[in-house]
Amino acid sequence: MEKFTLTLKSVPAKSRRTTLCGVVSSGNLEVLVEPIGMEDACEIEVSTSAHGFRDIWEAVLNDFAKEHESGGLRLSINDAGATPAVVSLRLSQAFEIASGDAP
Amino acid sequence: MKQHDHLASNRLARLKRAAGISSNRLVATEHAVQLLGAVIEPGDRVCIEGNNQKQADFLARCIAKTDPSRVTGLHLVQSVLALPEHIDLIERGQVERIDFSFSGPQASRLALLVENKKIAIGAIHTYLELFARYFVDLTPRVALIAAQAADREGNLYTGPNTEDTPAIVEATAFKGGIVIAQVNEIVDRLPRVDIPADWVNFYIKAPTPHYIEPLFTRDPALITEIQVLMGMIAIKGLYAEYGITRLNHGIGFDTAAIELLLPTYAADLGLKGKICTHWALNPHPTLIPAIESGFVKSVHCFGSEVGMERYTSARPDIFFVGADGSMRSNRAFSQAAGHYACDLFIGSTLQIDSHGNSSTATLDRIAGFGGAPNMGADARGRRHASPAWLRAGREAQLGAGIPRGKKLVVQIVETFREHMQPTFVEHLDAWELAKTADMELPPVMIYGDDLTHIITEEGIANLLLCRTQEEREQAIRGVAGYTPFGMSRDARMVENLRDRGIIRRAEDLGIRKRDATRDLLAARNIKDLVRISGGLYDPPAQFRNW
Repeated sequence: MEKFTLTLKSVPAKSRRTTLCGVVSSGNLEVLVEPIGMEDACEIEVSTSAHGFRDIWEAVLNDFAKEHESGGLRLSINDAGATPAVVSLRLSQAFEIASGDAP
Repeated sequence: MKQHDHLASNRLARLKRAAGISSNRLVATEHAVQLLGAVIEPGDRVCIEGNNQKQADFLARCIAKTDPSRVTGLHLVQSVLALPEHIDLIERGQVERIDFSFSGPQASRLALLVENKKIAIGAIHTYLELFARYFVDLTPRVALIAAQAADREGNLYTGPNTEDTPAIVEATAFKGGIVIAQVNEIVDRLPRVDIPADWVNFYIKAPTPHYIEPLFTRDPALITEIQVLMGMIAIKGLYAEYGITRLNHGIGFDTAAIELLLPTYAADLGLKGKICTHWALNPHPTLIPAIESGFVKSVHCFGSEVGMERYTSARPDIFFVGADGSMRSNRAFSQAAGHYACDLFIGSTLQIDSHGNSSTATLDRIAGFGGAPNMGADARGRRHASPAWLRAGREAQLGAGIPRGKKLVVQIVETFREHMQPTFVEHLDAWELAKTADMELPPVMIYGDDLTHIITEEGIANLLLCRTQEEREQAIRGVAGYTPFGMSRDARMVENLRDRGIIRRAEDLGIRKRDATRDLLAARNIKDLVRISGGLYDPPAQFRNW
């Protein structure tokens, strides 16, 4: 298990609902989105079963924080070997639900 | 006097040697090895029928039991080397040379034999290319084929799995060769005659029915949300944009996802009747929902698919069905149809380089091609127009003062395969393989200059709109995601390509990622497919988990 936390600059989120998205199963991940007491940054905590992919995680998460208004949110990721494609998709899904523009 | 019938008199000599084994065309099962020993001569070109679907497996077992001192120096000319017996025959030293298309399950053993110089490869062909050579310089002297049934005269019924048989038999029978058929059963009256008796020299009842691989069955339960997302991108960003009505899908879960999105996502977009009406395609079980919802008008098949026999029989408006009520496939014709009469090919691959060349070759496997390169290539002999074909030609600015069209050739891949293997690479493994196996050409599945679009979870790259090699390369890197190949993109150039619509992301196409769920699939498991088929689809045991 590899664990690390990143704090990334991001535009303040408009809505901050607590959301859980995805499941911890092989090649998949679970992400919990919840509000924290910050404005212009998000905190992302990663626990992953796959070792040695920190660079790719950072690239994926940096892009996420850049493209989504996620300041003031904490994302806790429980990963069971998801590809970057699945990570991005789950984060986008979780964010779309958490930021409240879901139908 | 010059003799003009060497081949015919040689055939007669072979038949005479076999006369003691069988007085008519029917040969007893236990005499099959003896028959092969009698009619095959050293140095013969031999075709053991088999492709990625049906296999003349009994005759393959028999030829691997012949006397290696007499049946020797063979030149195998056949679609696939897929059975262990094919490789056994090589290991027994009975084969000098092979010309083939595909080696799937035996790819590793074959690579080893080539490395140890146990065998020379003439060339790795596409199916259509190999069939073409049967009629020019690789005509078999002996063809060992597989049929469903024979009647007492030796007429053959090949049924839904007709596949390569007509091409092989026509070349062999009409050029002085010997045709030997294994059949599952001998009956008084065939449902229909697929191969007439006077093209067949011997037929043998095999102890077990010939093997058929259910290669085109994809369990919808295994389709991922990423594949759903890529399918949505393909339908909205490509099929709808170009109005693709005539097409071929490769094998795999990515294209199975598209098939299962037609009655749901594509129908919601109002695309029924506007896309995906006419197909060159095997009877994919995952196409059943689209057929049942009236999306599909016609499907011509390369081969059949295990379990789809009753369904195809019951849908003669869609499939090509004989007067007897069973489907007939034909690989050669379907390959020609896929090459000339389809506007789009879409398939998956293992590796793509910066030129857009793609390959399924890896270092320790010589897997070959099958049919994809015929479908995945611009048909430069094509002379009929269609809106999709003309638009592609316009986008590529083809033609010297004359309008030209172009086929859409699409690769749909995830940026990473399993075990985090990147699909996008600077250098194809095919180069190394060509070196170790002493090939004149690296085994490339789809050439970069034929490739028009790449779809990944990152969006579509439209290579037709790229004007320089640099733009092309950046367009490919721009959809290569977080692979090292993708990360080394020129970010500004990629943004520019996106502004020009050369790269289109899901959000540029108005696709919401949260909609990409398995709920969109018209069937979520094999059982759904059976239900939607009205119980006509009868999946093989390994796909039944209820």
